[in-house]
Amino acid sequence: MSTQRATKNSQVRTRISQGSNSFQTSLSSWEVKQKSSGSKLNSSMEDSKHPDDQPEDDLQRAVKYFEKGPMKTLRSKDKILEKHLKTVENVAWKNGLTPEAIDILLNVALSGKFGNAVNMRMLKYMIPATLISEDSVVKAVSWLCVGKCSGNTKVLFYRWLVAMFDFIDHKKQIGLLYGFFFASLQDDALCPYVCHLLYLLTKKENVKPFRVRKLLDLQTKIGMQPHLQALLSLYKFFAPTLISVSLPARRKIYFKKSENPWASALHAVRLRNQGPFPEPLKLALGPVNVRFLRRKCNSHSIIPVVNSGSYAKEGGEKKMNLSDCLGGSSSLPLEQLQSFPQLLQNIHCLELPSQMGSVLNNSILLHYVNCVRDESILLRFYYWLSQTLQEEYIWYKMKNCEEGKEFINFLDTVIRAECFLQEGFYSCEAFLYKSLPLWDGFSCRSQFLQLVAWIPFSSFSEVKPLLFDHLAPLFFTSTIYFKCSVLQSLKEMLQNWLLQLSVDTYMQPMTSSPLETTLGGSMNSVSNLIDYVGWMSTIAMRLESNSTFLLHFILDFYEKVCDIYVNYNLPLVVLLPPVIFHSALLSLDASILNQLCYIMHRYHNNLAAAKKKELLQKAKSEFNFSSKTCKEFNHYLTVMVGCLWTSKPFEKGDYFDPQVLEKTGMAEYKHSLNLVHHPSLLSYAASFLLQESPEERTISMSSIRGKKWNCYLDYLFSEGFQGLKLFRTSSIRCSSVSQS
Amino acid sequence: MDTYDSAGLTPRQRASSGLKDYFVGVTPLQKRLESVRRQNSFFPTPSRRKILQCSQLQEDVDPHKVAFLLHKQWTIYSLTPLYKFSYTNLKEYSRLLSAFIAAEKQKGLAVEVGEDFNIKVIFSTLLGVKGTQRDPEAFLIQILSKSQSSHEHREDKVLWTGWFCCVSGDSLLETVSEDFTCLPLFLANGAESNTALIGTWFQKTFDCYFSPLAISAFNLSWMAAMWTACKMDGYLATTEFFWSVPCSPQSLDISYAIHPEDAKALWDSVHKTPGEVTQEEVDLFMDCLCSHFHRHFKIHLSATRLVRVSTSVASAHTDGKIKVTSSSN
Repeated sequence: MSTQRATKNSQVRTRISQGSNSFQTSLSSWEVKQKSSGSKLNSSMEDSKHPDDQPEDDLQRAVKYFEKGPMKTLRSKDKILEKHLKTVENVAWKNGLTPEAIDILLNVALSGKFGNAVNMRMLKYMIPATLISEDSVVKAVSWLCVGKCSGNTKVLFYRWLVAMFDFIDHKKQIGLLYGFFFASLQDDALCPYVCHLLYLLTKKENVKPFRVRKLLDLQTKIGMQPHLQALLSLYKFFAPTLISVSLPARRKIYFKKSENPWASALHAVRLRNQGPFPEPLKLALGPVNVRFLRRKCNSHSIIPVVNSGSYAKEGGEKKMNLSDCLGGSSSLPLEQLQSFPQLLQNIHCLELPSQMGSVLNNSILLHYVNCVRDESILLRFYYWLSQTLQEEYIWYKMKNCEEGKEFINFLDTVIRAECFLQEGFYSCEAFLYKSLPLWDGFSCRSQFLQLVAWIPFSSFSEVKPLLFDHLAPLFFTSTIYFKCSVLQSLKEMLQNWLLQLSVDTYMQPMTSSPLETTLGGSMNSVSNLIDYVGWMSTIAMRLESNSTFLLHFILDFYEKVCDIYVNYNLPLVVLLPPVIFHSALLSLDASILNQLCYIMHRYHNNLAAAKKKELLQKAKSEFNFSSKTCKEFNHYLTVMVGCLWTSKPFEKGDYFDPQVLEKTGMAEYKHSLNLVHHPSLLSYAASFLLQESPEERTISMSSIRGKKWNCYLDYLFSEGFQGLKLFRTSSIRCSSVSQS
Repeated sequence: MDTYDSAGLTPRQRASSGLKDYFVGVTPLQKRLESVRRQNSFFPTPSRRKILQCSQLQEDVDPHKVAFLLHKQWTIYSLTPLYKFSYTNLKEYSRLLSAFIAAEKQKGLAVEVGEDFNIKVIFSTLLGVKGTQRDPEAFLIQILSKSQSSHEHREDKVLWTGWFCCVSGDSLLETVSEDFTCLPLFLANGAESNTALIGTWFQKTFDCYFSPLAISAFNLSWMAAMWTACKMDGYLATTEFFWSVPCSPQSLDISYAIHPEDAKALWDSVHKTPGEVTQEEVDLFMDCLCSHFHRHFKIHLSATRLVRVSTSVASAHTDGKIKVTSSSN
């Protein structure tokens, strides 16, 4: 038995010595930090004209001294010790000690390097500047097992732990030591303080039948002591069925707080931790005290912390049977949920969070919320998000400084959650509809536009007055960059709508007739949306005098539009408006032309697929692609081929009168838009010719014909004109022949 | 989906939500919230309002409790529906809330769930404070301090009072399922720190959300008109309006007081339709007051902002503070 214990002890010791090694490294880093913080302290204290370097250095020296331990050879040991003790004491009472210093000093105090009196004294000034790290406490507790410190020190340590309980940064590991603390109850001297500590630590899952038995034994042994009674009543609160003894119903105070040597220091720490809260600026306009509730309620962040909802349940129905306590079918608290497999295993017995808003920050819970069938969960989330968005936005508009960032971060989180779930929230939609009429188009722009992209599908006639009627004026009056970002987010919105609809149509059985009519309705909405964006882009092109940059974004939008039939399997083909088509065709930018070719190629494929299906299903399909669409497409096609390939531009169209073109005085106007002479491709043609015959001094564009024409095309394709290549394969059947 | 039925939808809507149910798992989050979205359609502010027949309020109300609500300045908040709130557990809530407050007030010291600290929390229902039969019952929370030392003061001192109520919330109730209790209005009187504490507890326990409710100038003028119209017997206080001129560094307030009977006479001349009040009437009433002011002081009050209205019946401030002085109305 004794040997066993010895080995155990040595194990503990090795563990601790390892620990102290790690202090060493941490101390060095701490020193650096100390210095920098010391200098900071200096600058802040300059006005009081006390160069504080001295005490800081002294403190460091003192801490180092304590860490090394007393040097036995020195005769003036006591004097130095006293000096260092004084130094640390002063700093501790004045400013508190950093977590690192506490870590070291706590270790020293409990390791018993110095005498008992010194240890006690050190414990008494272990006052944190802000927080105490959990690790230090765990290490300190491990010293208790070694048996190096006296009973008095132990008592003082437990009292210190209770007093400082709120300043320990985490309590998870300390919670794991519950069994150890519980075992310490046997020590008569420690018992009251351990009881207090356990009282603070106990959670529902700590209440076990064997512990209850132990406590009751203890009670028969030492009688009804207030501290024991406190713990018992807490146990009884958690598990009323386990404790049948009657406890006095009311008792004033279980634990005396008067004899706490740290009381005044703690008050100071608490004040310090709260920090100077700046009073909100009083503004002449608008409600002033809008946000005090939120500020005080959730001082950390807008989104509440995940907390399992046992609180309300216990309050409501205080039922807990024995089997629950014995861990038969206990539910899993959310705090313990770490991984997706864990979610799958426990999905039937999850305790829901007490505040649904907390799911926003937790992707696992978002998964859960996404598949749960309980409507009330969604409603809770909806209520919370709607109110929060609204109130935070009011606050954001009132104060544009730091708080603004907080709101933007919050919006970002919401958007991330929407992207994660791939669907928009109704709360956000409602928020947008409410705030867009008042939006300046500037604040939180990127966030607002992203939220717009996530507006869930609804009929266009409903969305238009709420969204577009407010967005359009901003769109027309703002810079080109704003226009581009609006188009970008409308493209995303279209994509989200299409995805949603395509999933819907995929899921639904094709036989049910009422839904097919809704599909027709939704197609109508989508086509209205596209038309509206087409109208907006047409005007924007005029306003921005055919900016290439803008045109890129417009064509990006149409790249989505042209592929609806094939990509999303939705029966809709909407062409691009003539203004956009011609602007792109006559653009000075080669990449625009390439993009247009690609779009035309996709249109071709989509229409061909639609036609094929129509033939297959004969007259049954109710979505007749109007012959008008086909006709218009063919017209576009002829114009394009006429311009780029056959050099017979605008022959059949009614857009241009050939005489007008002739009047421009260009004799060769017919050729001036083909692939060689097109303004955007001219430089390519030139460099192609130069490549062919580098020593030529004069180059003739018109020499590119016949076989050379094909070489030229290959050159263009090699330069990245993939759209053009696709366009040729799909639309030009006998390209080599058609070119004379 | 049963909850949809209880909300009283038309058959067509029910059919469609039934179909939605069929596709749960497609885009579940939204599909099942269709009801909520329907609620979102934005009603313009009604241009006319019926004058409420408060028979309900008159009938079974406890006069003692109503008197308690009068003559106090209340700060009003709007509140999302309370989740899993039950009227049968009020006692339990008192216990938990008092423990919570005590714990928050003396962090770091052990607190027993029970009654061993010097504050006491009482939950009680306010019978009859509601607009229609369907509205849920209002309830009141009081925080009392138990005076231990002074024996002559047996009466507990009220530290903080707050009450939750719902008046004619039919449109809101429609979308609320049975797990929720819809009491959208919360009124608090007492230290803000206490309000914040209790707010925190409610938000944690019933997953609700408090937000301060500002009363817009538009609604203030409505209140002014409605309150002026009330018949008063006994003491008459002057009808007073405050306008605020936003200018730096200090804002300029204009106080405009008129005799209540004059205000009443003006209102009577403006008010035509019995039984309801229209937007035009309210606008006209305010315009008359403003033009009168302009005639004397050459100041266009319409260019400033109405921030406070106080009449014999009640007073209200734009930042959500309200005080009711007359019981009969």
